[in-house]
Amino acid sequence: MGKRDYSLFGPDAKRAVESGLTAAEWYHSEVPRKVMKELMTRSDGPAIRDTVLLYGLMVLFAALGIALWPSWWSAPFWLAYGVLYGSASDSRWHECSHGTAFRTPWMNDLVYQIASFMIMRNSATWRWSHARHHSETYFVGRDPEIAIMRPTEMAKLILNFAGILDVLKFIPNLVQNALTGPTAAERTFVPQAEWPKVQRVAQVHLCIYLATLALAVATQSILPLMIVGLPRLYGAWHHVMTGLLQHGGLADNVIDHRLNSRTVLMNPISRFIYWNMNYHVEHHMFPMVPYHALPRLHEIIKDDLPAPNRSIAEGFREMWPAIKRQLAHEDYFLKRDLPATAKPYREDFHQYVPGMMPAAE
Amino acid sequence: MPWIDACATEDIDAEDLIRFDHGGATYAIYHGVDSKFYATAGKCTHEDVHLSGGLVMDYVVECPKHNGQFDYRTGEAKRLPACVNLKTFPVKVEGDRVWIEV
Repeated sequence: MGKRDYSLFGPDAKRAVESGLTAAEWYHSEVPRKVMKELMTRSDGPAIRDTVLLYGLMVLFAALGIALWPSWWSAPFWLAYGVLYGSASDSRWHECSHGTAFRTPWMNDLVYQIASFMIMRNSATWRWSHARHHSETYFVGRDPEIAIMRPTEMAKLILNFAGILDVLKFIPNLVQNALTGPTAAERTFVPQAEWPKVQRVAQVHLCIYLATLALAVATQSILPLMIVGLPRLYGAWHHVMTGLLQHGGLADNVIDHRLNSRTVLMNPISRFIYWNMNYHVEHHMFPMVPYHALPRLHEIIKDDLPAPNRSIAEGFREMWPAIKRQLAHEDYFLKRDLPATAKPYREDFHQYVPGMMPAAE
Repeated sequence: MPWIDACATEDIDAEDLIRFDHGGATYAIYHGVDSKFYATAGKCTHEDVHLSGGLVMDYVVECPKHNGQFDYRTGEAKRLPACVNLKTFPVKVEGDRVWIEV
């Protein structure tokens, strides 16, 4: 395929459309309609429980951090608060953008707005970017949410465990959105009717950050920023760690989520922070199944999927060598074995469009 | 416009839908919570996705891909990313058969 161009205006974007890739139908494992209806059924209970627990823990950890400030004894509480602020907000943003976490729409919207602010994403823009990510997952030049581009810039990848690049990108974007609305790239996937909303959201977020900054200056203390803003840096590591596993080292430009997504079995704390998005093949194949039903969906379709990684560490042991290999061989990707019970990978389309999916080595 | 025999009433569970293809077009036929039958275009207006894989909740059908929602009685788009209303079609029930006018 040669050097990839991830720009939303580049030749790869054009090729994905012209080749028919963007219009192709994705592979889905077979699930009886009655079972799928049960899995998709909405409920408020699990998400209310988890949200009360999440915000309750955030208040507790922040209160303990403030009480012990500026002693180093406050550090563990800030670290715990930071992970909930800077990482759990990613999964809450994600689930609520799908509208599946709660049955009640206003609850989804409220948690979505709060989580969008904490994870530093414009709630009006990112709803659309994520829709594109699901329609055209890891289509080069089309998916605006590709976390690991090929070849990977390792320094940037590692820096982002502290959220540095995300925040450096977010700040000028926020100011530009607040002043003039969506950027040129954002206008390719956000409908024009939504552009004023993008600007309003950015203005609200900017006002909150400026007020927090003003308070920090007025009190001559970084404490206000420890509560608002900085946790996006010091608490980002968990969502970056789990996020890289979603698609890292796997295929791009394919129409079978078993080839481009990874399911990883995780410990209960990470699953709470990540809201079960470790079942990532299942989520991409059936995005309307709420997070709390994904373990059941996994049990139903696992015989049609590659075996999941059994831990985060095992996932990294699989992914990391593949990412490193892509530094020298950009077209390389991991093609995991399917169990004998699974249907073959959907590769017919790629045989029809030569070069869209090079063979794994 | 011709009436087309689309399916049997028992083919669709209450509060559910099925896909019906005819003459190169695709439709969605619903068995509403009011026990009446309804018909709309078969694909979401946001992207080219069959609604038949989606969820029916009361009088709303939700696209299985991006959670766009429509009132299947009127076709009104109710939730982003769906912005454009869904086309609806007249339905009648004769005996145990569901007919749509296309």
